[in-house]
Order: sequence, then C-alpha cells, then structure tokens
Amino acid sequence: MPTPASIGLSREDLPNSYIGRSVPRPNLPKLVQGRATYTDDVVLPRMLHAAFLRSPHAHARILAIRTEAALAVPGVVRVFTGADLAKVCDPWVAVLDHLKGMKSAPQHPLPLERATWQGEAVVAVLADTRAAAEDGVAALEVDWDPLPAQTDMETALDAGTTVIHPELGDNLVFTRTATKGDVDAAFAAAHKVVEATFVTGRHTGVTLEPRSIIADYNRADGTLTVHQATQAPHMMQTVYAKHLRMEEGQVRVICKDVGGSFGIKVHVYPDEVAVAAMARILGRPVKFIADRFESFASDIHARDHRIKARMAVEADGTIIGFDVDDLTGIGPYSVYPRTSAMEGNQVVNLVGGPYDFAHYRCTTRVVLQNKAPTCQYRAVGHPIATAVTEGLVEMAARALGMDPIELRRRNMIRDDAYPFTSPPGMRFEGLSHHASLDKLLEMVPVARIRADQAEQRKKGVYRGLGFAAFIELTNPSPFMYGIGGARISAQDGCTVRMDPDGSVVASSGVTEQGQGTEAILAQIVAHGVGVPVERVKIITGDTLNTPYGGGTWACRGAGIGGEAALQSALALKAQILEVAGAMLQAPPESLDIVMGHITDRATGAERMTLHELGRIVYFRGDTLPRDLPRELVQTRHFITKEYPFAFTNGIQACWAEVDTDTGMVKLLEHWVVEDCGRVVNPLLVDEQVRGGVVQGLGGALYEHCVYDERGNLLTTTMADYLVPMSAEMPDIHVGHVETPTKESLLGAKGAGEAGTAGAPGALLNAINDALAPLGAQVLEQPFTPARILAALGRF
Amino acid sequence: MMITLTVNGERVTRHVEPRRHLIDFLRLDLGLTGSHAGCEHGVCGACTVRVDGEIVRGCLVLAASLDGAEVTTIEGLTDSGEVADLQEAFVARNAAQCGFCTPGMVMAAADILRHHADADRAAIREHLSGNYCRCTGYQAIVDAVAATLSERAIHTPADAGRGDRTQEAGR
Repeated sequence: MPTPASIGLSREDLPNSYIGRSVPRPNLPKLVQGRATYTDDVVLPRMLHAAFLRSPHAHARILAIRTEAALAVPGVVRVFTGADLAKVCDPWVAVLDHLKGMKSAPQHPLPLERATWQGEAVVAVLADTRAAAEDGVAALEVDWDPLPAQTDMETALDAGTTVIHPELGDNLVFTRTATKGDVDAAFAAAHKVVEATFVTGRHTGVTLEPRSIIADYNRADGTLTVHQATQAPHMMQTVYAKHLRMEEGQVRVICKDVGGSFGIKVHVYPDEVAVAAMARILGRPVKFIADRFESFASDIHARDHRIKARMAVEADGTIIGFDVDDLTGIGPYSVYPRTSAMEGNQVVNLVGGPYDFAHYRCTTRVVLQNKAPTCQYRAVGHPIATAVTEGLVEMAARALGMDPIELRRRNMIRDDAYPFTSPPGMRFEGLSHHASLDKLLEMVPVARIRADQAEQRKKGVYRGLGFAAFIELTNPSPFMYGIGGARISAQDGCTVRMDPDGSVVASSGVTEQGQGTEAILAQIVAHGVGVPVERVKIITGDTLNTPYGGGTWACRGAGIGGEAALQSALALKAQILEVAGAMLQAPPESLDIVMGHITDRATGAERMTLHELGRIVYFRGDTLPRDLPRELVQTRHFITKEYPFAFTNGIQACWAEVDTDTGMVKLLEHWVVEDCGRVVNPLLVDEQVRGGVVQGLGGALYEHCVYDERGNLLTTTMADYLVPMSAEMPDIHVGHVETPTKESLLGAKGAGEAGTAGAPGALLNAINDALAPLGAQVLEQPFTPARILAALGRF
Repeated sequence: MMITLTVNGERVTRHVEPRRHLIDFLRLDLGLTGSHAGCEHGVCGACTVRVDGEIVRGCLVLAASLDGAEVTTIEGLTDSGEVADLQEAFVARNAAQCGFCTPGMVMAAADILRHHADADRAAIREHLSGNYCRCTGYQAIVDAVAATLSERAIHTPADAGRGDRTQEAGR
C-alpha cells in the first residue's frame, strides 16, 4: 500500500513506509512464550496480600465488625474497616458538570455504615499470603441489618420505593432529552409507525486477567508506586494523589502487560483505592488480585437498559423520525470519575445515527439500584442504540414489504453530505455509509443466501440474514470529560529520541492492553523517522517515563497517540537532518533518511548511517560546529481541534440459523465493513474487529449478569456466566473503507469498538428474519433458547 | 507434605500445603509465571499445562498429588522448541491480543499438533473450546493452528517425531 497522501511524504515507495502495512507485533513473541509481565507476576519484598470480606446482602446496615478471630489466623497482619481508611482517604462523588442535574453519593474505599450491593468490599484483611488473607476473611464476624433492596429499575422512581441514598431525595441520577422537529405531529401523519420495547441484558467484560494492583508506599521518600492493570495510568495517578492527600508528583503508576481491559480497567474501584490507602498506612507493598467471583461481583457491569422505541416512515420507506425512551439502572453509585450516566447519554446521541431524518426525541433516565455499579464498557451505548435503530429499520422494511437494504440506502446520509449535524447534535466530519454498504454487498452473497434461506425453510430449517449499520464515536476531545471537570486527559504525547547506535526509543502516554498500540506506534515512528521498524522500541504504561496522556479508552490510541507519535517522529527526522547537513556540508532539505541511512534525496545515494551520526553526536561532539543543537529528541502532543469526536461508521451482516425446537442459535457467517480512516496495520485492525464482533455476539447470545428480585447475583462463575467459545463463533469477514480524518496528518480514527457496536443489532435482525415466517420476534438480549422458544409460544 | 517432581526437565523438591493447586505451585513456589489463573474453576483454560504427557487445568490439580509426575509449562514447551513453528504462526497472524490466555492456548494447540494432525478448522475450534479468549475473534488462532498443521504435513513424514526440532530452527 502506498504512503497515504495525507501523510505528505514525497517518497511513497520507501521501504520504511510502514503505515498501512501488516507488520507483526514486536511484543507478541513474549506473549506466546509466556514471558510477559502482568501485575500478578510482580513480587516485591515485604509484600502483603489483601482479601476482602464482601457484602452477602444487596443492601444492609453494618452494625458491628469483630476482627479478633481474623487477627488470630496465622499469617494475618492487619484488618482494615471503612473507618480505618477514611482517616487517610477522602471520598469521591462521581458527577460531571456538563451532565446537567447529575447527582451521586459520596463513596469511600470501604463503606462506613451500609453495604449497597452484594459483593461490595466491606472489610480488608492483609496477610503474608492470599490464602492466609482468605482464611482471615472467613474468620471475620459482621453483624448485618438487612435493608429492603431496590432492584427493579422500572419501579426505582415510584413513591414508596427504597431510596438508596436518602440525602439525594430519590433514585434518579440523571435524565436528558434531545429533541428536534415536531415528533408528535410527524408520527401522527406518518404512513406507518413501528414500535417495540427492547431490553439489553446486564453484562460485564470478563477480562481474562482479573483486576490487579500492587501499591507500594515508601516512607523514606514519600512516594506511592502503584503497579496496576489499568488503561489510564495518568488518570489513576491523579486519583491516588487527590484522595490520599498527596502531590501528583509523589505518585507513580506503572502498568506493564495488561490482560484485557475493554473499559473494565479504566474506572476507579473502591477495593483498589483501599489497597493504595492500606499501603500508605503500612508503608509496605500490598497486592490485590481479584478472583473470578470478585470479578463478577465487583467489576463494572454495563448495558442494563430497557428501551421503548418507535420509528415513523413514509410509504416509500423514507424515515420520518424516532421517538425513544431509555431507562437504565447503574447500581448504587455512579462510578468515578467517568460517571455512569455516559451510557444512557450515548444512547441519546447515537440512535438513528446512520440516517438523515427530521424528527427526533430521545430521553434517557438513569436510576440507582442495589446491584453492582455499571459504567463504560467497550462501545459505550453503541450496541444498544444500534440494535434499537436497526431493529426498527428492519421492522419497518417488513411492514412496508420492502428490501431492508433498499430502505437503508434510501435513508442513509449521503457520502457527499458532510459536514453533517445529526438530530441529537453530533457533528460528522466525513462518513461513508453508502460506500460501506456497497463494499458489504460485494462481500455478502445476498442472492445465494436468500435462495438457500427459501430452500431451507421448505425443510423446516429457519435461517435469517440481518444487517446493522452504525456510527462509532472515537478520538474524543475534552468535550467528553474535561469540560465536566474531570482530570481525564484528551490529549496525548510522544517523546522520540535517537540513541548513539541509531536506534529510536519512543515513549507514549497511550497504553497497550493487547490491541497492538506498541506495534502501531513503532510503525508510525519508523515511518516518520525513516528507520527499520525493528530499530524502534516503545515505552508505555509508566507515569514517570512517558509524556502525560489519557491512556487507552474510547478508541484514541491510533488517532491521538498515533498522531503525536507521527509529529514527534517527523520533528526528530528534521533534527537529525539538520545535524547531518552540518556533517555532510549539504542543505538538510537535500537529504533524507531511508532505513537507517542518511541519503541524498535526489539520487537516493547513501551518505551516512544513523549509527555513525549517533557516534559523532554523542562521543565526538567536539568535531561539530559549536552552536549546532545537540539534542536528538523531540516531543509532540496532539489534541483534536475542529470536532469534539471523530465519528466513524460501518455496517455488519449476520447469517444465523435458529433451531425452532431447542431455541438454540447457530451462527453461520458474519461480515463487517468499517471505516476507521487510515488503517495503520490491517492485520491488527482485522482481528480487533473480529474480537469486537465476538464480544458483541457474546452479549447478544450468552452473557448475562443475572440477579434475583432480592439483589442476589446468580452468575458468579464462568459456568454460570457464558462467554463465546471458538466452536460457537462463525468465520468473520472484514472489509475496509478508508475516509481519513482531516484533523490529523495520519488520518486515523478508532477501530476497537466497531465490532461490538454493530454485532448485536445484526444478530437481532438475523434471528428475527429467521423467525419472521413463524410470526415471532425476540427483542430481549441475550437471546437465550428460553426467550426464543417463548417467542415461538413453545415455552 | 514434600513432593518431588520434574518440571520442564528439572527435578524439584518442595514442601506444599495439601490445598495448594498446581497453578499456584508453579507460579508462587517455582516462579513460573507463564501459566495464568483466569477463572480458578477449570473453565477458561488459561492455566493449561502438561502433566505426564496430557494437558490438564492447573487450577484443578492439587500439587500434592503430583509426586513423581512430569510437568511441562509454557516455559518448558518454548525452551524445547517443540512448538516454535506454532508460536511463529501465532505471531505472523496476530493470534493473540492481551496474551493472558495465550500460554494456555498454545499448550492446548500443541496438544492438537501431537494428537490430531488431521484436524480440520471445525475440529480445531472444537478442541480449543476449553480455552477462552476475550480479545481475538478466535479466527486468527484457528488460522495459526491450521497453518502449522499443514506446514508440518508438508515438511514432515507423518510418523516423524517433533522433539528434535530446536528453537533456533523454528524461529
């Protein structure tokens, strides 16, 4: 693939033109050989292990905690309660100023008076080993006064319902309505209105590496070093400093290898803050690695929504508008510091996303529950908004007797209509819905599939083909969190330096959780400086050694971290050429760097190697002109300016078979076309898209955090909470359309959430296409066999 | 109790508590951190290791039951060079993202290479179903295993052993 025009380099066929090439990840050999360093692999001298007593009740007053028996357990060193930690740690309230009217209650590392969900950490035991700490937990005695639990979000705002935090007045945390046009009049005049109530099940990330942290407070120099599996080390540095009453410069956060994140590891967890507080008190390292039960009960959950939605169309299929009411339950606290109102807010922003229509009304109401807190998880709100929008689109197509592809084509925003502002006020710089649909139809053999579908139906085999177009929000600006008062950085930086041997080291504020950040940064830096990619080393995940940045969330690694890397690399190249020009008595603009050699730009002739240049600069600076700059290091930070977000788009298709006797769904094949702007490494993007699809399909088919009416979590093991396995997943075909963002030289937008955003909607439509001849449909995720059989009237 | 066993070709003798699981014995007592504890109840497969030639869940086996056993972890499997070509295929196809499941996945895939040389893609998917991956779409992993199987079928007579393949030769 040639160097993209927007990169602006003149030599498009240089061997170190790495952008757009499928370069293998340099950090993969250590992962496949078992030589990575995850947080649990780190062992520090005098380290203690934490285990927590977690509330067995969804809602209960803590009357008394007796610790004597626990302290008598061999190996147990200390026991901490909420009151102990409150002496060194200030509570937090997770609201953002720009989410008008939002409220939440103060939250401590361990609660002072009440437990508000089953699984909330209440007492901590520290011991020489995790096993001894667990023995200590078993010996703790707590007197509980169980309180009524608020578990049903439909009744959360009713009079007489338990108000979880009485000082807030009610259980309503946030509400927002976006409107455009005259929805009531438009719907009254419509040719047809389709409507449905969609439910998306509570699910969670199930990172295979559980949440992991070691906090180490050094009394000699007053520093807190935290090894943590986190997506946002600089954000965590701020949080620890602020709430433990330290300076930010006294706190260092290190994250080496991280075993999956998906948004789960970008939040502040009370038990992790408790670990930092205990280390601060003791002056010793404290390790906490969540076990799988703790993960299910205390990792953030997501997607607990009930959405009543209707869509109006004209006789020719023109979409008139959407009218949507979203209700979501978030547990007892809004999660710090991103807040738990964002998912509902995103539903309001994203419904109807791919289409051009005039009338819009969407309300979200965010309410408290005595269940685990929910917050941002991969593709925040996207799969919900997409399933609702696309579910209605295919319902309308059936109601009109129209091809759902044709209905989409008539309504999708034209590819030449940009810039475009959507009804809820989202500004799109440039999307490619029609080109993406065209590309998808090149990949999906629709005619063959429809023929097969008709043939199979005669034999009583029900197969369905479903589509889902979507938009995805990436490259967030300060408009996401910063304007709300949160210290969550939307900019990112990169420092690039050349060492004496001509190799290049780049440190970046964005982080690696397996998506390949370090690989694409190495490609971009190699491309920008002009060296072989093997000569570039990347440093991420250390607040002491990387430029300040936001880390990895909302698809910003390539688009923001990548652009900072490109700018710093180009600046370093210019600096190297300035020095080389002095050495070679040539104007710098007549020189170039190709695969580690200074070359003559006009002829391509090699003039000098970079390691020779390094040798002279670092060891024989006496031979260079006196006033020549001697630093071979550059730093650039990047932030988007024109648009609050880089929106991307895509479309998926799912081909599935429903067994009408068992209710089981078999996935046959899946297709994705997505437009993430410049594709830096197709190998990485493709498998990340597939991983996103599998996570979306998992949420739509299997994954469900199930509570009973008293707030008891019933899915606490991987035998209860099902995730997709290799045998159940289909082949997933990935295609690309590239519409680079004009905000940056690189032109990259995000790609990590596209798969998850679209897959549940495509599957919803595939199942309902299969069931259509039987007059049945399902609207409640996950689409379990029981729900499908119920829709068929067989259960 | 005291146990003596062979781990990655080296004889080790250790005192273990009766409740110590193999995965904790390997990670905490021997410092072999390549194998991971993912779910701790035998479902996810991240702790997969080889005991006396068969793959097992390290979180379900008690170390105390392994006196005299021969254990191979991802570190030993790598050092022997037995799966160097498979690991190379994982890298070439980006068949890992966060890598937490990967050592267990490689152990399970090595079992396919040893015992199921004729496995097709469906059989590979079936065999790997005990190893959860939350990052990839599984497809690249299946690709890597299938490619390794077909390379071995081309270059190696069906009855030849793989134990003599050095790491250097594969990488």
